Amino acid sequence: MATNPVRSAAVNRPRPVGPSGLNAITQWLHQNLFSSWGNTCLTLLGGALAYWVIAGFLDWAVWHAVYTGTDGSACDVVGAGACWPFISAKLQIFMYGRYPTEELWRVNLTYVLALVGLVPLMLPRVPGKIWLTAYMLLVFPVVAFFLLTGAEPLGLPVVPTSRWGGLLVTLVVACVSIAISFPLGIILALARRSDLPLIKWPAIFFIEFVRGVPLVMVLFFASVMLPLFLPEDLTINKLLRALIGVALFSAAYLAEVVRGGLQAIPRGQYEAAEALGLSYWKTMGFVILPQALKLVIPGIVNSFIALFKDTSLVLIIGLFDLLGIVQQAVASDAKWFSPQTAATGYVFAGFVFWIFCFGMSRYSAWLERRLATGHRS
Amino acid sequence: MKQLVRVAAALTAGVLFCATPAAAQQSSVLETVKSRGQLFCGVNTGLAGFGAPDDKGNWKGLDVDLCRAISAAIFKDPNKVKFVPLTAKERFTALQSGEIDVLSRNTTWTMSRDTSFGLSFAGINYYDGQGFMVKRSLGVVSAKELSGASICVQAGTTTEKNLADYFRSNKMEYKLVVFEKLPETIAAYNAGRCDSFTTDVSQLYAIRLTLGKADDHVVLPEIISKEPLGPVVRQGDPQWLNIVRWTLNAMLNAEELGVNQSNVDSMLNSDNPSIRRLLGKEDTFGAAIGLDNDWAFQIIKLVGNYGDSFARNVGAQSPLGIARGQNALWKDGGLQYAPPIR
Repeated sequence: MATNPVRSAAVNRPRPVGPSGLNAITQWLHQNLFSSWGNTCLTLLGGALAYWVIAGFLDWAVWHAVYTGTDGSACDVVGAGACWPFISAKLQIFMYGRYPTEELWRVNLTYVLALVGLVPLMLPRVPGKIWLTAYMLLVFPVVAFFLLTGAEPLGLPVVPTSRWGGLLVTLVVACVSIAISFPLGIILALARRSDLPLIKWPAIFFIEFVRGVPLVMVLFFASVMLPLFLPEDLTINKLLRALIGVALFSAAYLAEVVRGGLQAIPRGQYEAAEALGLSYWKTMGFVILPQALKLVIPGIVNSFIALFKDTSLVLIIGLFDLLGIVQQAVASDAKWFSPQTAATGYVFAGFVFWIFCFGMSRYSAWLERRLATGHRS
Repeated sequence: MKQLVRVAAALTAGVLFCATPAAAQQSSVLETVKSRGQLFCGVNTGLAGFGAPDDKGNWKGLDVDLCRAISAAIFKDPNKVKFVPLTAKERFTALQSGEIDVLSRNTTWTMSRDTSFGLSFAGINYYDGQGFMVKRSLGVVSAKELSGASICVQAGTTTEKNLADYFRSNKMEYKLVVFEKLPETIAAYNAGRCDSFTTDVSQLYAIRLTLGKADDHVVLPEIISKEPLGPVVRQGDPQWLNIVRWTLNAMLNAEELGVNQSNVDSMLNSDNPSIRRLLGKEDTFGAAIGLDNDWAFQIIKLVGNYGDSFARNVGAQSPLGIARGQNALWKDGGLQYAPPIR
């Protein structure tokens, strides 16, 4: 056997390519795709459909796309596909809004500082997680706030939030809302399961009220109604209003997700903790919540992904998140008007949203596998 | 933290006393704007030619220029404006609540808006209206020649009604091709499903640029409906209404008198009494509206006259290339007619 070089190579390789490899492939195809007449038909139909969609998209996005140009006329060609120079010309706007170019390093530094704290926190077996958590919860928000908005005494010119936009606004709204709504959601969930009516009923009222109205209405209320009640000289920043609205909204949803996890914990766990003499907070902190939260990771991440995408609703109160700023650029820059400009912009925005949401979903899948210590039948 | 306390206090006060915006209107808008050092101006979230920020965040457009002109009249500086982008739904509440001082956001002047919202329209800075676009190859030069044509229109809008009225009153036949959404309607027209496409003219010019080969399409001269767009202020402060109204009128009068951004300095020496009154060399019209006497000079010098602004933003010098049409001065056959300054 070993004298036959072809055979030995095929055996050593994890995925054989020789004649036996071909056999394996045909066998796999036969078993999975062409096992019966019905399956064969479905396979061919599905393949044709996939080819039709993918080829059409590639045609538009790659083969017939326009890659260079300085204005819309370059894309104004019969049969032209995506207008990519529009994206590259507007990339800074899409990423940072109208944040002054010479101050962009502040945004980038904020991103770096966030990554420095977040990445080690998300990886297993990194020492000093206590310090990292303290940094993310106490130091980073303050630093980020002054970096982004500015601080005159430190030589950082103030950048009004009306100049923020694009991905920056999307990330700020999403991250701040997630950071606020997660603890708030847990507290609401615990409050709702409390035996004290004074704690229980307000929590129920809040959750049911907020879940009962659309986010658009919450934002509208924050943007349009609130100023009517406030004195004329007092204006709360629009971005802040949106942040509070979105955070409260998602807290109500998270509370219900967490409550699902709390209810799934067997009574025995509570009783065991009680038997050990643990106080309420210790019971929750050391026994119940770690198990409950682990159970509902998919639900929590689901909420976060939904929240991330819901940020695009801030457009209706005149804030420009990624989608909003793409829409604005598409509708208002006559220089770039061309038949494919709008479609290109939307495909780009969709792709950026997808990257973030897909990233979150992969991380949650990985987290679930890593934390799978039991409860698996 | 201080802000937070103030917000909390204000919220409590608001809830307790149900503070209404009317109660907060003791000081005049002009005083508020002056002490704040900035004009708050509500504009479109992004409409080519009328109000949109460029890549550097500088707002540009016909509606935007009006706010810059007001700022120039008050502060001798066209840039002391904070532009507040507003959606169609929140624009009136933003004005009512005092979040903005003036709304300059392609808003149609109608009786219901003028009388029941506690608002006042200060003038008309753009006469919009429904028009028709056809393919140039069709060889049509007037809407009167559209008899028997098929016309693409968006469903459920006043556009559809105006179209029916126009063809009936002109005793012409037409075939209606209705679509639910605007993009579908545009695509259908572009694909040749109909001979003509109808909506507001300002929009037709913008759509024309997205069709590919813009020159293959022409916007016909006939306007079949009235959509007068203009700036709006809160009711209850006549001085502020006058400032906004006469800022627009000064821009129109300047064009009529031939005073523009480039010649305004030499025009200071003009013998024409109308020009002397406009530029504040005679009489004291500035004082009548609480401003310095060179208010109009500053507007023309820093922003330009109406014609300058029109050409730069929507007219011949812009990608939109909208013809003056109804927006020409009255002496050129248009509708723009400003009362004289005297």
